[in-house]
Amino acid sequence: MKKLLSYILLGLFTFSAAMAQETVYPGKEYKGLLFITNAVIHVGNGQVIEKGTIKVNNGKIEQVGQNIAIPADDVKVFDAKGKHVYPGLILASSQLGLMEVPTVRATVDASELGDLNPNVRSIVAYNTDSKVINTLRSNGILLAGVYPDGSLLTGSSSVVQLDAWNWEDAAYATDNGIYLNMPSLLTRRGGRGGFGGFGQQQPQGDPIKRALDQLEVVKVFLREAKAYAEAPTHTTTNLKLEAVKGLFTKKQKLFITCNIVKEMLVAVDFVKEFGFDVVIVGGSDSYLIADLLKQYNIPVILGQMHSLPTMVDDDVDQPYKTPAILQKAGVLFAISDDDANTRSRNLPFNAGTAAAYGLSKEEALSAITLNAAKILGVADKTGSIEVGKDANIVISEGDILDMKSSIITHAFIQGRTVDLTDKHKQLAERYKYKYGIK
Amino acid sequence: MRKIQILAGTLLLFMSTFLVQAQSTFPVNGVTDNREGCYAFTNAILVKDAQTTIPNATLVIRDGKIVGAGTGVAIPKDAVVIDCKGKFIYPSFIDIYSDYGMPASQRAAGGFNFGGPSQMTNNQKGAYGWNQAIHADVDASRIFTVDDAKAKSLRDLGFGTVLSHQKDGIARGTGVVATLANEKENMVIVKDKASAHYSLNRGTSTQSYPSSMMGSITLLRQTYIDANWYKNNPAAEGVNLTLKSWNEIQNLPQIFEAGDKWNDLRADRIGDEFGVQYIIKAGQNEYQRIKEIQSTKASYILPLNFPAAMDVDDPADLRFVGLDDMKHWELAPTNAGAFEKAGINFCLTTSDLANVSEFTANLRKAIEYGLSPAKALEALTKNPATLLGVYDKVGSLEAGKLANFVITSGPIFAEKTVILNNWVQGNKYAVKEESWFDVKGTYKLTTTAAAGTKNYSLTLKDGGVATFIDKDTLTGKYSFDGKMVKLSYTEGRGPRAVETILSGVSNGATWSGSGRDGAGNNFTWMASFDKGLVVNQDSSRQQRTPLQLGKVTYPFLAYGMDSLPKQETILIKNATVWTSEKDGVLKGTDVLVKGGKIVQVGTNLSDASARVIDGTGKHLTAGIIDEHSHIAAASINEGGQSVTSEVRIGDNLNPDDINIYRQLSGGVTTSHILHGSANTIGGQTQLIKLRWGANDDDLKFKGSDPFIKFALGENVKRSSSSQGNNRFPDSRMGVEQVMVDAFTRANDYQNALKKIAEDAAKLKKGQVAPNPWNTVRRDLELEALVEIMNKKRFITCHSYVQSEINAAIKVADRFGFTVNTFTHILEGYKVADKMKTHGANASTFSDWWNYKMEVLDAIPGNAAIMQKVGLNVAINSDDAEMARRLNQEAGKSVKYGGMSEEDALKMVTINPAKMLHVDDKVGSIKVGKDADLVLWSDNPLSIYAKAENTIVDGIVYFDRTKDAEMRKQIQAEKTRLIQKMAAAKRSGGPGGAPGNFQRARPRFEVILVCEDHYHQHGLLEVDAEDMESNSTENK
Repeated sequence: MKKLLSYILLGLFTFSAAMAQETVYPGKEYKGLLFITNAVIHVGNGQVIEKGTIKVNNGKIEQVGQNIAIPADDVKVFDAKGKHVYPGLILASSQLGLMEVPTVRATVDASELGDLNPNVRSIVAYNTDSKVINTLRSNGILLAGVYPDGSLLTGSSSVVQLDAWNWEDAAYATDNGIYLNMPSLLTRRGGRGGFGGFGQQQPQGDPIKRALDQLEVVKVFLREAKAYAEAPTHTTTNLKLEAVKGLFTKKQKLFITCNIVKEMLVAVDFVKEFGFDVVIVGGSDSYLIADLLKQYNIPVILGQMHSLPTMVDDDVDQPYKTPAILQKAGVLFAISDDDANTRSRNLPFNAGTAAAYGLSKEEALSAITLNAAKILGVADKTGSIEVGKDANIVISEGDILDMKSSIITHAFIQGRTVDLTDKHKQLAERYKYKYGIK
Repeated sequence: MRKIQILAGTLLLFMSTFLVQAQSTFPVNGVTDNREGCYAFTNAILVKDAQTTIPNATLVIRDGKIVGAGTGVAIPKDAVVIDCKGKFIYPSFIDIYSDYGMPASQRAAGGFNFGGPSQMTNNQKGAYGWNQAIHADVDASRIFTVDDAKAKSLRDLGFGTVLSHQKDGIARGTGVVATLANEKENMVIVKDKASAHYSLNRGTSTQSYPSSMMGSITLLRQTYIDANWYKNNPAAEGVNLTLKSWNEIQNLPQIFEAGDKWNDLRADRIGDEFGVQYIIKAGQNEYQRIKEIQSTKASYILPLNFPAAMDVDDPADLRFVGLDDMKHWELAPTNAGAFEKAGINFCLTTSDLANVSEFTANLRKAIEYGLSPAKALEALTKNPATLLGVYDKVGSLEAGKLANFVITSGPIFAEKTVILNNWVQGNKYAVKEESWFDVKGTYKLTTTAAAGTKNYSLTLKDGGVATFIDKDTLTGKYSFDGKMVKLSYTEGRGPRAVETILSGVSNGATWSGSGRDGAGNNFTWMASFDKGLVVNQDSSRQQRTPLQLGKVTYPFLAYGMDSLPKQETILIKNATVWTSEKDGVLKGTDVLVKGGKIVQVGTNLSDASARVIDGTGKHLTAGIIDEHSHIAAASINEGGQSVTSEVRIGDNLNPDDINIYRQLSGGVTTSHILHGSANTIGGQTQLIKLRWGANDDDLKFKGSDPFIKFALGENVKRSSSSQGNNRFPDSRMGVEQVMVDAFTRANDYQNALKKIAEDAAKLKKGQVAPNPWNTVRRDLELEALVEIMNKKRFITCHSYVQSEINAAIKVADRFGFTVNTFTHILEGYKVADKMKTHGANASTFSDWWNYKMEVLDAIPGNAAIMQKVGLNVAINSDDAEMARRLNQEAGKSVKYGGMSEEDALKMVTINPAKMLHVDDKVGSIKVGKDADLVLWSDNPLSIYAKAENTIVDGIVYFDRTKDAEMRKQIQAEKTRLIQKMAAAKRSGGPGGAPGNFQRARPRFEVILVCEDHYHQHGLLEVDAEDMESNSTENK
């Protein structure tokens, strides 16, 4: 128990005024036993264990429960009395590490030229030294899905863990998905009231027909890819066709970014024709066809809770209550946070808002942990505090979903202790030092 | 069909007065053919004006003018007599808002664009003014040309006269009154300078300024001032033809194209300031605020372009159709009727119609929707003529006026009536000549062929149906164009059917011609009129189902109300009251609200008249105040120049913004609407209260100190410019100099005025002080800056990095004022001590960062550090979505900065009230303050807190229970309108002429922002910049 105190102190004061983020190191591998005791354990699957203990061995969760003995050996023990313990939060769909400053082109590696780029891989550009990463860890986000943006088939996404020296270290699930950026099927703006069109450069012709033609190009590509995959050898190797093999073997999912009903119906079409595992990303109108999505087992990654309703006429809190509608219909969904102004740090509060508008707190938690892990195909390794999974764990002073109590004191990735220092804490220290304030 | 030529004759010996006028400078190539064109129209129903209808009357015209109209009018011997029995004669219509005969203007994309280069001054060559959108020098009579194709399309509708002007620019010069006769321009112009024209629309100007609604308004205001100053021939200005012309046309009728209910009010306010009563060209939506429109006391010009119904056959598309668009479709035809009912003087115009031929049908629809035919006639005749001072020439059928009249088959606005011909200046123009004689009826038809003669009884019916009866009844078709007739009938069925065809010429009651039967035999035929059709009176006057129309709501939008909510006496019992005062948080406390004020805070309060709201388990706070908002405005950025202190957000408030209601649902009661960050010295701001349903003026927070927006850094140096920046400044060094230069100029301006005032004070008794504005040009831009220096106007300054914050402080120090508030101020924590010394407030975001270069060092602990250093700190939104969660944004300082919960809440209540100088009225729960309150379901800093009631001035504007009901009502109303549109599509009425349909149109929403961030708001968001650069474009 002596050890435990020192760890808590270490957790809170690992930085000093002299440090910069460059001296925040990834956690060292820890092979021994690690215990988190006296915690309110939010498992991630809806279960809550009061005064629970988590036993971690060699980076894996070995035991979770109430009466777990702690050996007197040289083990790490974290007393989380009065605190809440959560699985590491997962940012399901993001451009973390690909986009440092969105408005500065040189810092953006988020999309490629061309319409059919399934061979493009987000993982190879993931920058583990992005200053954004540490600020997310500070809010309990320990894993992220990273996808390439662009036109139509934009490339493959991967899942990364947020405490790594380089992208190979970070890779948690590589090329787990292919992203399809659906062209808009929304009738174009025709100008309202006094304004004769809003001057956006619109290509000629019916935009919906054009979008459907583009999607047909994708389908033709996938049909040929299927045929290609079935042939044992090829005289000409086609990298693009090779890149989508996993879709047919279900090693990869097809993530389709779309929002309105017509777009989602077109997404369903990919399930029907190819039998793919399809995930809808965005899905702001998914609540309108929740039953249909359930029927086709299509999960949804909701882009952002903290959003205005799509329509003037919509319920003013529509985006906030969309998760509750999906939950009720039995649709598997995750909540993400793609706000470019706050750089995704508000993921837990997006879930908190969903809890304020109809989800239970544990359901809201699942939407940023276990559900996300399931959708990303990593639920065997993470997403909940369950035996056999990686010890990706967060300790919070209070309710992690509520900003006034969501103060993260510790985080562990694969059992490694994560340094929660970030650029923001360092700058705050620097100027507290200047003013002599605490 | 014969056209009478009036070539200004010279041979009229017996009319000496005319002889003088009739001489012409134009030579004649050939033999002169001058005629007097004397006609007498007899037995007519003569509608001299809307009040006077004379049956069996005679109208006599000569030389293009009326010489007699009424009963007992002598018919001159040389008159050609036209029997008008059963026909109506009306004065022809006047279109007061036309561009007939004007050259087409070249549309060019102008205005301010973040990505593109700027054009700082007028590129029109010549001695013109500085702004390319001011065309006061344009004289429509000099560019007017007769265009008979266009004239015909108007004559066919009954028009004989127009006021035409070039519809381009913010000041458009003069209009010309001309008839629609197909004659030399010299002869058709009735009045060459009849009107002066204005708008808020930059038109073809390629100049960057103005690029916003408020910029257009201000440009007009400054031009009035400049033109007045120019009267003294200031040497510095030289010759300015634009201002010279402006001054010359001020005594004409002043016509302002506003085109929308709020724009009408904006235009009228400009007029009020400069003693001008505009005639306002309206839009179609004034019925939504008819009381406010009435209060302008202006005369209006109403277009009749009603929105088409939408196709409602696709539920996925319907999802994006707005309730307001649907309601407007239903109610737009009531607009003219609403003007009539409100007793507002108005004219009607064909302007704005996609196709002018829709005019008649739309006018009839307006009559069906409440406009009286008499008013309609006045609005097309007497009213425009009177407004333009030409009622002595046109607008009624009186001797001496121009012979401009239409002959119709019935009452002019009745559904079946057709205009037979339209006479302009005594020239006849056929419209529906074929209808002059009603050919319908029964004829005796005889055909003669080699085989012999046959007799038929031929009946011609409505819709071109003809029946031929001898032994059998054969059904066929006919057509008649006034002269030529065609007939046919078919015998037999299917593939073996054979057709007999006839054609010929009508000579009135007798027709003759040739034919060919189904077997190929030729024959001749004759027909003579026997008797007319017996008209079944009822069949043509089927009773329409009475109109069932939805209600106008305030605002005219989803969640609008039938009437404005009332102030109540309210007692909130047993709540946890966060006072934001030194009393702190009081548990189990009551708050009594009366007369819009907080009257008591305590325990066990009671008031018999009060509505009691149980606050048990709930939290009551003062209404949230958002120091930095961009909602409820028609435009936000005037980026045309680096200094635009002259523009005012308050000139262009937009109460029809759903975000007012959405933010009430998040507890916001007061918002500071700031100019954007397009330039260093932006526009004057407007503090509003979120009084949902109020008009633009009533939104304003009355009696608050005036503020102005400044901005520093990336946006104002246009770092994101994709095509290179050519507008000074291009660096933070330049930004500082823009401020120094502006205040230096303002200081010199102030000194010049002071000197004049001092000199005036030295004058002896009886000496008259000169008007200072004769020597000094009153400058709205500098006036605002002088106010800042005199601490009568206060700055809120968009700022990020420490260098620019420090520089702005130094500029303020140098000119002796304080920067009241630094907003955004994400590096405020680095110079908090300097800000404290300077005396500035700080209004910031909780946790935004890294979305552009200048926010790389933004930290979520910023607010807490600044507060600990002793600054008054607020958390603001700058974002229509985040404003709904400002309480929670404040809560983040508890997390990131260890701030107390009470202090955190103050950052969105009393602290912003202090920095806006309204803490004596709002921002805390204190007896005597405005009853701006929010009752929360939970701790207000918590993610789980929902506003249950939001109260402004003791009026409940948001009530979660009522909100749930309104959601149902919105769906019910939408369903009703969808069904109505579907029915219109099936039947063509009421409310939707067949074929007048459009694809379901998404209801895009304009979200105005600072141009500073990247928080996406949804699929239907329309980019603010995009909207602004186009709002002044094509209407």
